[in-house]
Amino acid sequence: MSGARTIDEGEFTSMKFARSLYLCVLMFSLSLTTVQPASAQGSGSATLDAIRARGQLLCGTAGTTPGFSLPDSQGVMRGLDADSCRAVAAAATGDANKVKFVPTTTQNRFTALQSGEVDMLSRGTTWTLGREGNLGLEFAWVNYYDGTGFLVKKSAGVKSAKELDGATVCVAPGSTTELADADFFRINNIKFTPILIQDVSELQGAFLSGRCDAYSTDASALATFRFSQGPKAEELVLLPDIISKEPLGLVVRKSDDKWFDIVRWTFIAMITAEEKGITSKNVDSFMDSKEPDIRRLLGLEGDMGKALGLDNKWAYNIIKQVGNFGEMWDRSITPMGVPRGINNLWTKGGLQYAPPIR
Amino acid sequence: MSGTIVDPRMAAARAAPKRRLRLSWSDPLFRAIVWQVVIIGLAVLLAWYLIGNTNRNLAARHIATGFAFLGRVAGIPIGESLIPYNPAVDTFGRALLIGVLNTLEVSAIGIVAATIIGTLVGIGRLSGNWLLARLTGFYVETVRDIPLLLQLLFWYALLHNLPQPRQSLRVGDAVFLSNRGLKLPLLNWEPAHGWALLALVAGAVGTVLWNRHVRRRQEATGIRSPVWPVALSLLIGLPLAVWALLGAPLSWDMPALRGFNFQGGGTISPEFFALLLGLVVYTAAYIAEVVRSGIQAVSLGQREAGSALGLHRGTILRRIVLPQALRVIIPPLTSQYLNLTKNSSLAVAIGFQDVVSIANTTLNQTGQAIEGIAYIMAVYLTISLSISAFMNWYNNHVALVGR
Repeated sequence: MSGARTIDEGEFTSMKFARSLYLCVLMFSLSLTTVQPASAQGSGSATLDAIRARGQLLCGTAGTTPGFSLPDSQGVMRGLDADSCRAVAAAATGDANKVKFVPTTTQNRFTALQSGEVDMLSRGTTWTLGREGNLGLEFAWVNYYDGTGFLVKKSAGVKSAKELDGATVCVAPGSTTELADADFFRINNIKFTPILIQDVSELQGAFLSGRCDAYSTDASALATFRFSQGPKAEELVLLPDIISKEPLGLVVRKSDDKWFDIVRWTFIAMITAEEKGITSKNVDSFMDSKEPDIRRLLGLEGDMGKALGLDNKWAYNIIKQVGNFGEMWDRSITPMGVPRGINNLWTKGGLQYAPPIR
Repeated sequence: MSGTIVDPRMAAARAAPKRRLRLSWSDPLFRAIVWQVVIIGLAVLLAWYLIGNTNRNLAARHIATGFAFLGRVAGIPIGESLIPYNPAVDTFGRALLIGVLNTLEVSAIGIVAATIIGTLVGIGRLSGNWLLARLTGFYVETVRDIPLLLQLLFWYALLHNLPQPRQSLRVGDAVFLSNRGLKLPLLNWEPAHGWALLALVAGAVGTVLWNRHVRRRQEATGIRSPVWPVALSLLIGLPLAVWALLGAPLSWDMPALRGFNFQGGGTISPEFFALLLGLVVYTAAYIAEVVRSGIQAVSLGQREAGSALGLHRGTILRRIVLPQALRVIIPPLTSQYLNLTKNSSLAVAIGFQDVVSIANTTLNQTGQAIEGIAYIMAVYLTISLSISAFMNWYNNHVALVGR
């Protein structure tokens, strides 16, 4: 996804100029703001101090992706990315609702984070060396392990991505998908014609109308897109080939290590909770647990929270208000018909492995 | 008529003996110089502060800067390109160049087409024919009221609904129209074609010279000999003769359906065509109004005087009305050309890879937003200033010359 799924926010698709303008304004703000060193008195994290002073976390999300971040009929942001923001807010402020979801696009997301417009990004951004090396950003954790795939129409009779020679492929511009596709076709010595449309609904329309033979983006996004087609989903086939690694991460600015730690350990706490079977429903029943790991996690023993510059109840707040990692998944992704797969705990054949909290 | 007219009094003032500059606030010249130095100094200081501060902030945020990324291998796929491109070896610099060429291509064709259609519609609105005047009026009023982006999406959606490649509309086995675009046979280029093209250029030069000669003779003797037989033989006969002398080679690269899509032949993609159609239809409506107002600005007396002299209606239009109308038309027409060029950046909405689309992708892949946006701005500024410069030159050329 890195691009695709999230891309651009059909609502203001049009206003590409508005976006460019926004970029310019962000860059202008970059040229005006002065560098502020972390204050000596506060928590040691300039970002955390700013969040506490402001009373809320500014979290950059896509806001247009079912299963990841999309407002429900009551206008409440729902999805895995949205809940990831809530978990960090619960750790940082003690209240999961102290979040402001800032809509970002694939185009302006990094600039928004760099210029301080948001405190973190939770919008399906692929963790790559280039982004950590060149952009002054770092990836605190991966909340979704994804990979680039292809969706085709059943009528095309294609069984594998290698049969796509000469095909026209719909791709979102500015995404890692674009590069993955170019590499895949080059390696296999076959040709393709890309159709790059920024607005995701236009892009999907181009695929459905037959302008493209295949639609390529992260497999998770293809699955949710196929699912959203209702009865017509049967006419679409997700090819088995996954041609790239797309670990979708939580991104923060470099140079605030304390804040990086808080975001990272928020996720470790949620995964630890899932390993231990602690959920938002039963967390209170663990408050008299004798197990040292659980006592340290819930702040009953040791000073784990203080070490992060937080309240000792930080993990309790996350679990109580947002839940463990599995609960987040079941709430948002399971209804889309996507299996947990490699996103499961390491003990269940997945990749999510929590370092010890001690 | 800008600076061509010189007031004699001004010339006299300029020739006046030089006054010594006094270093006093009461000397207007001294004051003027001081103010200009102060203002330029402030502007330089502001620019210096903004650039310096941006650099400091970029460094503090560990963001790489500079245009070094232009030399890096791009790896991004590009759908259509006027020059060869291979994502495996070519650089971001070349990818961006392709974007610029695509922008220039659609703008150039768009400007020519919009001018022709706009002029015809503008004249049509003034027509005595009720139906023609109403139809063109309806066109202008409707098209101007709908945002361009919606029109582009409309045309693009319309082209999507063309049949699939296998069911494409066809003319014989040569021309196919499907939702993959218009497929045309492409001429296999031979050296003979190059020579024929050269002959065509030579023929065009010859025609211009012949035309000038005829006019001079008409002015001298009053006899006007026809231009077209010579022009025809120079423009068509000469290239054909060259081509035939070199063996008249002719073969075509025909499009053929293989696998998913057509192979071979030339393509006009739906993205390009939708963008061109949208820009031309939209801009032509404005140009029509510019042309109409220009023609109406020529006073009726001019036309009547022409008829009184017994001139043809065509001659009146060509010799009397249009030359005067052009003076009114050209400045606003320049604005429309600039608008069309800049509006072509809406291409990104319908997947045509113009300079904005490719620069956006580049800045996403490299993360160098400031450089990317600066590049886009520099490209549009260069194109726009070139168009302005040319149109201003032309405007001066047709301007009223005081004799």
